[in-house]
Amino acid sequence: MSDQKKVNRRDFIYTASTVVGVVGVGAAAWPLIDQMNPDASVKALATTEVDVSLVKPGQSITVLWRGKPVFIKRRTDNEITEAKAVSLTELKHPEKDEDRASNPEWLVMLGVCTHLGCVPLADKGDYNGWFCPCHGSHYDTSGRIRKGPAPTNLEIPKYEFVNSNTIKIG
Amino acid sequence: MSEHNYQPKSKFGKWFNDRLPLLTLANHLTDYPTPKNLNYWWTFGGILTFCLITQIITGLVLAMHYIAHADLAFSSVEHIMRDVNYGWLIRYIHANGASMFFLAVYIHIFRSLFYGSYKSPREIIWILGIMIYLLMMAAAFMGYVLPWGQMSFWGATVITNLFSAIPLVGESITTWLWGGYSVDNPTLTRFFTLHYLIPFLILGLVVLHIWALHVPGNNNPIGIDIRKPSKDTVSFHPYIVVKDLFALLLFLILFAFFVFYSPNVLGHADNYIEANPLVTPAHIVPEWYLLPFYAILRSIPDKLMGVIAMLSAILILAALPWLDTSKIRSAVFRPLYKQFYWILVLDVLVLGYVGAMPAEGLYLLIARIGTAYYFAHFLIILPILGKVEKTLPLPLSISEPILGGSLNAEPARSDPNTQKL
Repeated sequence: MSDQKKVNRRDFIYTASTVVGVVGVGAAAWPLIDQMNPDASVKALATTEVDVSLVKPGQSITVLWRGKPVFIKRRTDNEITEAKAVSLTELKHPEKDEDRASNPEWLVMLGVCTHLGCVPLADKGDYNGWFCPCHGSHYDTSGRIRKGPAPTNLEIPKYEFVNSNTIKIG
Repeated sequence: MSEHNYQPKSKFGKWFNDRLPLLTLANHLTDYPTPKNLNYWWTFGGILTFCLITQIITGLVLAMHYIAHADLAFSSVEHIMRDVNYGWLIRYIHANGASMFFLAVYIHIFRSLFYGSYKSPREIIWILGIMIYLLMMAAAFMGYVLPWGQMSFWGATVITNLFSAIPLVGESITTWLWGGYSVDNPTLTRFFTLHYLIPFLILGLVVLHIWALHVPGNNNPIGIDIRKPSKDTVSFHPYIVVKDLFALLLFLILFAFFVFYSPNVLGHADNYIEANPLVTPAHIVPEWYLLPFYAILRSIPDKLMGVIAMLSAILILAALPWLDTSKIRSAVFRPLYKQFYWILVLDVLVLGYVGAMPAEGLYLLIARIGTAYYFAHFLIILPILGKVEKTLPLPLSISEPILGGSLNAEPARSDPNTQKL
C-alpha cells in the first residue's frame, strides 16, 4: 500500500451525507431560533409622534418608544453653554454637543443607561445631567458619559421635527 | 459489586427483573455501601433532592393559576395570593423554597470544598454539580421575573443587558433574547417557558450526578479511599436514609419559619409594585444568593470585563479539581488549607454583603479587594499550597483511629458477635 490513502466511493458518500445532514439540521433549526427575534407586531410600533408644545425651557418629558423611555429635554441656555464648553479630550466617548442635538434647545435621547439598561434620573449626578442609580454612571447636560461604568453616551434615536411642535421618533 | 448478582425472591419479580432490572437498581440503592463516618454536612444531597421536588410540585400548581402576560401576570400573582385556595401557602413555599434550595446548595458546595470531594476520581460529579448550579441560577432568575413587579422587570433588564457587553453581536443577541427592543411581553412568555423547562433539565443532571457518585462511592470526612463494602461502610438504607430524614426535619423547621413567619423577608418590597418601564427603582439588587457575583460584576469599572469577571467567578469552579494540586482530600489533614478555606468563606460572605450595598466609596473598595482575593484563592493559593503544604499523616482506614491502629480488626468482620462495636 502506498502512503497516500486512496479516497474511495464510500468515503465520499460518508462525507457528503454528513454535510447534507448538518446543513439540513441547520436549516430546520433556523426557524426555531429566528422565531425569538422581534415579530411583525413589535416592529410595527417603530415610530412615535410626540407633541412638545407644552414643554418649557428646563423641563423634560419622557415618552415610550419601542418599549423604551425617550427623554425629550428642552435645555436652558446655561445647560447648552455648559455642554458646549466641555473639551472633547475630557470625554470617555467623545462626541460634540452639536452632533447630539442638531437644534441645541432640544435634546432627544434614549433614557436607557448604556451600562445595563436602567433609566437614569434627571437633574442628578456630578455633571448636572443624568445619574443612573443602578451602578452609578454620571451623564452631563448633553447625555454624555462622564463617570462610572457605562461605556458610551446615552443613545440618540433617529428623530425629526415634523413641525415646530411635533417630534417624530423612529 | 454484589448487587449485580441480585435475584428477586418472587417468581413475578424475577420475571420482571429479567426484562427491566428495576429491582436490581432498587437493591443497589438500598444496599449501597456508604462510609460510616459521614457527618451531617453530608445530608444536604438528600435535602437538595427534597428542595427540587418541592419546587417542581409547587411550581406545577402555581402554573395552573398564573398567566404569563405582561398585562395580567402581576394581578394573576395577587389572585393566587388572595383568591386561590391555599395559593398564599403554595406561592410562599415556592418563593422561599428557592432561597432554601440555594442555602442548601451553598452548604453542599462548601462541604465539597472543605473535604476535597471534587478531587480525583470525583471530578465529573463536581462538574455536573456546577452545571446544576448554573441551571439553578438561570431558573431562579427567570422565576423572579414572572410576577412582573418592578424588581422582576429591572432585574431582567440588567441581567439580559449583560449580553450586550459581547463585542459586535451583543446588541443582536440582546434583541433576540427580548423578542423586541426592551424587556416586554415576548420576554415574559419565553422566560415562563424556560422556567418551566429548566427544573426537568436539573432533574436529569441530578440523575447523572448521583450515577457518577455511585461509581467511586461517597467521599468521607477523612477523605481516604475505603474498601467497599467493608468494616468502614454501612448500607445506605436504613442508616443514611434515617440520618438524612432527621436532617431534613431540622431543615424543614427553618423552611417553615420563613414560610409562616417571615415570607417576604428574603424578597424586595419593590416587587409588589407592578413593572413600569419608565421608572427604575432607586436601588436594584438581585436575590441574596446572587449577591457575591453581583459584587464582582460591579467591582470592575468596565462593562465587558465586569461581565467576564462575574462569569469566570462561577466557571473557575469547574477547573477546581485541576487547580487544587494537593493529593490530600480532606482539610482535616491540611492545616494551611483549612485556614485559607475559612478565609474564602469569609470572603464570599463579605462579597455578598457589599453586593447588597451601593457600589460606591468604601463598599466599592471592599468589593475590589474581595474580588481579587476570590480569584487569588483559586488561581494562586490553591496551586501553590498543594506543593508546599506539610500535611498531617492519614489514617489507613476509618476504623483505625477508633481501634487504635490495629489492622487485624478487619478479619473480625466474619464473626457476628464482634461486628457490633
